[in-house]
Amino acid sequence: MATLDRIARSLLLTEIISGMGLTLRAFFKPKATINYPSERSPLSPRFRGEHALRRYPNGEERCIACKLCEAVCPAVCITIEAEPREDASRRTTRYDLDMTKCIYCGLCEEACPVDAIVLGPNLEFATETREELLYNKEKLLDNGDRWEPVLAARLKADAPFR
Amino acid sequence: MSEVKLIKVTVDGKEIEVPLGATALQAAELAGAEIPRFCYHERLSIAGNCRMCLVEVEKAPKPVASCAFPVMDGMKIITDSPTVRNARRGVMEFLLINHPLDCPICDQGGECDLQDQAMAYGGDSSRYHENKRSVTDKYLGPLIKTIMTRCIQCTRCVRFATEVAGVPELGAVGRGEAMEITTYVEKALSSELSGNLIDICPVGALTSRPYAFMTRPWELAKTDSIDVLDAMGTNIRVDARGPDVLRILPRVHEEVNEEWMADRGRFSFDALKKRRLDRPWIRESGKLRAASWPEAFGAIAAKLKGLPGERIGAVAGGLADAESIVALKDLMGSLGSPNLDCREDGAALDGSNRAFYLFNSGITGIDVADAVIIIGSNPRLEAPVLNSRIRRKVMNNRMPVAVIGPRADLTYPVQYLGEGPAAITEVLGGAFGEVLRNAKRPMIILGRGALARPDGAAVLAAAWSLAGSLNAVREDWNGFNLLHTQGGQVAALDLGFLPGQGGKDLGAMLGGGVDALWLLGADAFDPALIAPGTFVIYQGHHGDRMASRADIILPGATYLEKDGTYVSTEGRVQRGRRGVFPPGEAREDWRIIRAASELLGHPLPYDDLFAVRSRLVGANPVFERIDELAPPAAVSATPAGDAGAVGSEPFVPFITNYYQADVMGRASDVMAECARTHAPTPAMAAE
Repeated sequence: MATLDRIARSLLLTEIISGMGLTLRAFFKPKATINYPSERSPLSPRFRGEHALRRYPNGEERCIACKLCEAVCPAVCITIEAEPREDASRRTTRYDLDMTKCIYCGLCEEACPVDAIVLGPNLEFATETREELLYNKEKLLDNGDRWEPVLAARLKADAPFR
Repeated sequence: MSEVKLIKVTVDGKEIEVPLGATALQAAELAGAEIPRFCYHERLSIAGNCRMCLVEVEKAPKPVASCAFPVMDGMKIITDSPTVRNARRGVMEFLLINHPLDCPICDQGGECDLQDQAMAYGGDSSRYHENKRSVTDKYLGPLIKTIMTRCIQCTRCVRFATEVAGVPELGAVGRGEAMEITTYVEKALSSELSGNLIDICPVGALTSRPYAFMTRPWELAKTDSIDVLDAMGTNIRVDARGPDVLRILPRVHEEVNEEWMADRGRFSFDALKKRRLDRPWIRESGKLRAASWPEAFGAIAAKLKGLPGERIGAVAGGLADAESIVALKDLMGSLGSPNLDCREDGAALDGSNRAFYLFNSGITGIDVADAVIIIGSNPRLEAPVLNSRIRRKVMNNRMPVAVIGPRADLTYPVQYLGEGPAAITEVLGGAFGEVLRNAKRPMIILGRGALARPDGAAVLAAAWSLAGSLNAVREDWNGFNLLHTQGGQVAALDLGFLPGQGGKDLGAMLGGGVDALWLLGADAFDPALIAPGTFVIYQGHHGDRMASRADIILPGATYLEKDGTYVSTEGRVQRGRRGVFPPGEAREDWRIIRAASELLGHPLPYDDLFAVRSRLVGANPVFERIDELAPPAAVSATPAGDAGAVGSEPFVPFITNYYQADVMGRASDVMAECARTHAPTPAMAAE
């Protein structure tokens, strides 16, 4: 009996018809895909993308070389060296971040007492060579300068939940 | 020692016996209970001002400060109750009111008592919203950086400077919130133990200036080693990150350095990166040129192979490790040379009996001695930690101390008996002779400088005969003490690195007695003394004055860069581990000598550290007993010198510039800065 039932259904093409029906319904629904890169999906203020080192509004770099990010980093991708600057303040002489090692966990941002290292919204930093992904302090500060308005807005948006 | 009476106290329900007179804090520690504290320090007097060590004592109406509360029989102490926890939280909140909480930029971060105890005993948030106080930073010299706003006024530094270092230059002015730790007048702390302030400061108020912002404690690789820049055998911990030594800290060794350390040993390590010999050099037509190891060994072999053994000599310097000394001795032996000397300053040391060149009573002997006579030595500069031990004994027990030699501030009261060696024989006739004769354990400290003079042998004999007439050398006590100044010296003497049968001593070797001279880090004498035409092989680590005279330079390792065995002035054999690798082509010294022996056609019979150390034990069994002292024994022999032949020249200070007294200190920028700061100020010209 079951065999007869199966043969009848395949002769009457019911499965194809129901499948075509689904296609037809989807045809009139709004599209789920977007036209990347012209269109983009929304990002959470907590999205963890490319790193940046921020500055204070007066241009002074925030990072004070406390090395907490270096200590907390589970991928050991941050290397910091420090010494007293001419004005005797504590600053880094080297802040290297190996983006090929980073797992984007965001713990460095959590650990930072001065909101210096942040993970920004940028996710389009693919490069052609590995070396370009070994970020130094200059590159990170440059990222910070470029993204500062966005970074500040994101931190502000997330602040009530912290 | 009188019998200590034990009494019973109960700590958290656990009954223990403690000596009468102990404090509640000590009792709690004995019972295994942890008591937080800031101002209390085992080796300083009790201040009781931080109030962090509060505990409950049964029948006491309030929590008591356990560090200053003596125990009584049957006392019940409670170290962990809601009241105690609440009290500690309250104290911590008060301490943090004026603490800046700048841990991220503080060098103490990660090893800070306040940080740790705030985590363990403090509250979780602050209720203080008013302005915090701020304090001007004080100047304490080039070694110590101050951030006085962080100070919690525990006064450990004040007590350390006054009690241990013996320079009462720190103090507190003001009361309550206005209290400040200060030097009163702006002036560098004039102590050779000032680095210890950094260790005892429980917060980040006093930190190391050369180490400022360099690193965090958790990044450092820690290696246990031995300081050889004085002859104390101070136990140290070398903290390195990658190839750089970043700081040196003392380790606790109760019988040697307790937990203190001298400044030169602590801060001169920046010399590891300065003026280093990092590759072999050969002098060709009057000029040194960089060479490779095979070239250098080839040049040595070409020179030495044509020479008879008695025209070759070797001098071991004061910082050499026992391994390289025994290797050089064996090499010279196989070349047939009896010309060995380790007394690079020409001191008339007598190697025939171990008692003639050791600090025989041991460093702990100071604690039981009852009268001390110091001859031709300034222990404050030659062994600052040892000096603080003498000072403690003088301060606690009014031990009488006399000095024969130049006047100097030893940080404790002394009697001056004379300037020159003639006073040694006159001591017994004087008032201090009576003191010494009445002493049960008289102690004679003979400085290395007293022997580095033409009548050195006579001075040694005179001091030994003084010890004999005081009965200071006997079965249960040997109070004849020679204070060396460098950590490699005693090992060289123990290995018999002295002229052999028919061998020439340093003076004869320098004066043209040899055609080839192998200097193992020897640079205490003036290179101009070396006869022209002598072929000089300098094996060392710094491009100091001797390197400029050398014909061949073999780059060696410093004491921080090799596994080495050292014997302290009291005869304690200790081993240091390698903290970092030597730079460039430089190698461990005994390996260099081993490699050279191969090319000289007399390969030494050891290829690894274990085999060299077995050879050490073969050469002298004392090297088998690591960190052990031989018990005192009566000595019937006498040194070779004639006690009557002492000269009339007064003793001169052996170390005049403490900070630059050795090759490490001379190469170090930090030490140069200290030497500038502490140089005697010339009289100001009228403006």
